Amino acid sequence: MAASTASHDFESRTCTVTGLKVDLTAEKLIKANAVTAIVFLLIGGFFALLIALTRWQTVHLLPADWFYRLLTAHGFDMLVVWIVFFEVAGLYFGATVVLNARLVFPKVAWFTFGMMLVGTLMVNVIVLMGKADVMFTAYVPLVADPLFYLGIILFAVGALIAVFVFFATIVTAKREKAYEGSMPLFTYGLVAAAIIAVYALLSGALAYVPAFFASLGLMEVDPGYYRNLFWGFGHSAQQINLAAMVSIWYALAQITVGAVPVNEKLSRFAFILYLLFINLGSAHHLLTDPGYGFAWKTVNTSYAMYLAVLGSLIHAFSIPAAVEVAQRRKGYTNGLFDWLKKAPWKEPGFSALVISMTMFGWIGGVTGVTIGTEQINMTAHNTMRLPGHFHAPVVSGTTLAFMGITYYLIPLIFRKKLKFPKMASWQPYMFGGGMLLVSIGMIAAGLQGVSRRHWDVTFAQSPFTVDGLGTAQLMLGIAGVGALIAVTGGTMFMIVVLASVFTGKQEDANRLTLVSSDLNPLVTDAVPNTGKEISGDLLPRGTVVITFAFLMFFILYYFSNWWLLGRAWFIR
Amino acid sequence: MLAPEKNWWKPLHRSEKTWVTVAFIWCIMLTAMMPIWFMSGRQNVPTVTYTTTPDEYKADVDAFVEEYGTGESLNGVPIVAPPPGSDIYILARQWQWYPILQLEEGAEYDLHLSSLDVQHGFSLQPVGLNLQILPGYDYVATIIPTTTGEFSIICNEYCMIGHHLMLGKIFVE
Repeated sequence: MAASTASHDFESRTCTVTGLKVDLTAEKLIKANAVTAIVFLLIGGFFALLIALTRWQTVHLLPADWFYRLLTAHGFDMLVVWIVFFEVAGLYFGATVVLNARLVFPKVAWFTFGMMLVGTLMVNVIVLMGKADVMFTAYVPLVADPLFYLGIILFAVGALIAVFVFFATIVTAKREKAYEGSMPLFTYGLVAAAIIAVYALLSGALAYVPAFFASLGLMEVDPGYYRNLFWGFGHSAQQINLAAMVSIWYALAQITVGAVPVNEKLSRFAFILYLLFINLGSAHHLLTDPGYGFAWKTVNTSYAMYLAVLGSLIHAFSIPAAVEVAQRRKGYTNGLFDWLKKAPWKEPGFSALVISMTMFGWIGGVTGVTIGTEQINMTAHNTMRLPGHFHAPVVSGTTLAFMGITYYLIPLIFRKKLKFPKMASWQPYMFGGGMLLVSIGMIAAGLQGVSRRHWDVTFAQSPFTVDGLGTAQLMLGIAGVGALIAVTGGTMFMIVVLASVFTGKQEDANRLTLVSSDLNPLVTDAVPNTGKEISGDLLPRGTVVITFAFLMFFILYYFSNWWLLGRAWFIR
Repeated sequence: MLAPEKNWWKPLHRSEKTWVTVAFIWCIMLTAMMPIWFMSGRQNVPTVTYTTTPDEYKADVDAFVEEYGTGESLNGVPIVAPPPGSDIYILARQWQWYPILQLEEGAEYDLHLSSLDVQHGFSLQPVGLNLQILPGYDYVATIIPTTTGEFSIICNEYCMIGHHLMLGKIFVE
């Protein structure tokens, strides 16, 4: 590790908004990783459109082999490539720009960027050539071309190295005294994400390396072992997103309305809960597997005692409360929700924050905890309720949060004037609205027994017939329409971002970061809300009402699922 | 985004304390529901598993079909009518469920599930019960059918190109 404190010099510029130093090499790396991420979001989004139009039974676009092929590529590009590349950009941003520091080992960072890119291209090419129709999960004994596993391993090792560059950078920043006092919460959350990334990627190696040797015919891999280790990677990978997304929520709240955490201690404690307990959640995917007992499944699926869920419930209170207090300090103190009514709804970072949090919590969190309950999982396992659940936290939650912060990275990092600001204002609503229909349509279809990853719910070519599909086809149609709307929202994002980055006017963001106004809460225009006790008009009463309404909804959904389970055949 | 003020280790506000307490109580309830249902509910995840091999399991299933087969079949798949209380077998393979079962309402059976090739998903519809099937694992579920009629077994774990053809049947009288 670079322990030298002598060489503080690095090529940098001074940011005109924050006054902090920006390492120019880090800036290039942030740009490269972010642009690659967005390109693969575009590709994965195109696959999503074709897949959704196939499951929409009336359209039934793709033939079976291409449906399964593109579903494999869609899973990999969206769950891994887009998100991890963007997170690497985020890690470099949080470790250098936010901390006023230099990036250590820039050559390693470029090398690892190349590794991840080569791995990504290998996987995509092999899958599209039809040599790996095994889904993103590639459950053994399914066999794909060895290059498929090798591509994933290359990507994962590359990502692991990027994480270590991040760690080395923050340690160096502290030693070189690039910043004073405690690390900002944004970077603190990213550290949590990075630590989760280490064990997620190691677990992935333990799954994929044997699978790679199995594909060469050199060894056999037990399917139960593979599932356990794969989900140590697959589930934890989504928890990296969670920690990164929550960090971005805090950032968006601060950028758009000047909100700072009401209590730093509590917010940081919630991240610690993620670190300690969240990887147990891998067991969610094994609840109906043979070979495990009741105790193992329940302790793991409940994150010891839902302690990681407690972490999310804390953020669910502290972020809206921070926004509410910031708004109330501006004088919006009437009634319970005046602060919310007067919020900057045309600001894409703000609407992205609200939609992302709502969809993550009300749909993603509630359905996830419910179907992740040991016994209830029997009613949901591998049905459309699963993709219906995870599209809410991953797409409406993480992806929309990442989209939201991109609007501010463009003026700050790319130093380009944002093009089409009106389109940007509408974009989160379009994307979030579409995804809401996608999730609800999928969940409703899954409740009627529709399987995930399935080309034909009508079993038209099967020797047997199935009836009692109910309104499943209508629900799949709703999901299809939702997908069309969401893809339109995604396209709007692409147009704004790509047009701004490649054809936007080069300019230093002189105080100006917001899309919809000339204020800059990040720097001066917000009333600082630290130091003083919160009382009287400033109390976050609206947030209390919102969070308790959320809890009521949670309880209702949760117990209605027990009721549903109770109607099934007896089984033990 | 910005560094916090120097001394950020401060006591929680009353509203924060209330929310964290309520949230923690809810977490304890979520945890408690699983053992409560384990002791008193009638639908619990099966835990009995034996090690097997595809050949061994195939032999078990063939013996089962031989013993209780009705002599009838549907689309080439034999229909088996085992007596209440017996061990019953279903095997999954690309792309078929074998055999077809004819069961009695209210009777208890020990249902064995395994695969001869790749992973499959046992999805009993419209009952709404789903179990994962792995080759090499003989998963035993003790079941009591509580409704009558024709039920479908959908494969809900992707098992290559014929996945969407894989449909089985259970009849309950």
